[in-house]
Amino acid sequence: MSEILDARGLSCPQPVLMTLEKIKQLGKGELTVRVDTQASRENVSRAVQKQGWTVEEIKEENDEFSLVVKKE
Amino acid sequence: MKNIFSTRWGIVCIGGIIGILASMLQYWGNPGNMGICVACFERDIAGAVGLHRASVVQYMRPEIIGFVLGALIAALSMKDFRPRSGSSPIARFVLGAFAMIGALVFLGCPWRAMLRLAGGDGNAIAGLLGLVFGIYVGTRFIKSGFNLGRAEKGYNSLGLIMPLVMVFFLILMLIYPQIPGQEKSGILFYSTQGPGAMHAPLLISLIAGLAVGFIAQRSRFCTMGAFRDLILFKQTHLFSGVIALILGAFVANLFLGQFNPGFMDQPVAQTSQIWNFLGMTLAGLAFALAGGCPGRQLFMSGEGDGDAAIFVFGMIVGAAFSHNFGLASSPAGIGPHGAVATILGLAVCMGIGFTMRKKLV
Repeated sequence: MSEILDARGLSCPQPVLMTLEKIKQLGKGELTVRVDTQASRENVSRAVQKQGWTVEEIKEENDEFSLVVKKE
Repeated sequence: MKNIFSTRWGIVCIGGIIGILASMLQYWGNPGNMGICVACFERDIAGAVGLHRASVVQYMRPEIIGFVLGALIAALSMKDFRPRSGSSPIARFVLGAFAMIGALVFLGCPWRAMLRLAGGDGNAIAGLLGLVFGIYVGTRFIKSGFNLGRAEKGYNSLGLIMPLVMVFFLILMLIYPQIPGQEKSGILFYSTQGPGAMHAPLLISLIAGLAVGFIAQRSRFCTMGAFRDLILFKQTHLFSGVIALILGAFVANLFLGQFNPGFMDQPVAQTSQIWNFLGMTLAGLAFALAGGCPGRQLFMSGEGDGDAAIFVFGMIVGAAFSHNFGLASSPAGIGPHGAVATILGLAVCMGIGFTMRKKLV
């Protein structure tokens, strides 16, 4: 079960900042980040990839996105 | 679907296009180094509807209308229209007002600061340094937990309020067009001289605004985010866009004979470097705390963000304060109360930064 980070409703740069802090805490593993704008989806994807994490999956539901990010 | 506009080359191309377009708008009639200036143009709109009565800066700028409507079209066509609001609107209103007050001490928003540099105005350097310093202070607050809280999803009609206000402004302009040599047409005010009297033809301004609004919404172009992301995340994505804007405008200015290097007698500029710096420090801090430069706030308001719309209205009201209370600068120097207002604004923004912090992770 991966951890879930809820960044919905927050504007730039909060979702990125929260995600970076969380993946720093985790070190590796899997994390689901929930956001609700395309801008946040793009920004979070860009930021985690720069940290060596991969975006495994992006689920879209009710105008919201769940990004599953992973590092082995 | 991959959003090509938000790739590295996408943002560089868009920055370049905006720079060239801004230079062209000046060529077509907009004031010097003011092909695009969000703060100045919102100030002119405040004048056009009579919120202030500074006779030289009254014009319903179609670029601003185009920015919002272009962003709306982009958002609707790409399923990116997301009506939302409720993230500390009153704080955003105050930040918008002080952002404008600071910008009008310098005489330009970040967009114009870059265009002034690209046009050879050396006074822009102090303004840009101030902008970066203000954004840096903002990132310190953000790092220590500052945030304005979550927005909530809203009705579709809520997200359409700002675009409809802009449609209404456009209709007013068409019903009450400018009459040469006259200050008033119906309920709208126009300038017969000064920067407010200098403008590209309505249709060109509107189309340019729509184009910029569209591509900027898709690319998330932001002149504040450019420096914020560089400072906060060492990320150069948005930064490469603003560099492209400066270079695009610079090259276009060379071709059009609009590059005039120097500090003295620059168009709509003042030479008090300390206040150029501090004015933009205030603006940069306010933009950083509100999460977007004045252009980005317009684009977000077009995609349904009611909080960004409140910020825009804060800026328009701030412009009215600036000109009604002698806060705005002019080529003669800073306004009689510009210094006090800048210091007060810095204190208020710091207060917002210090007192609105919460840990989210």
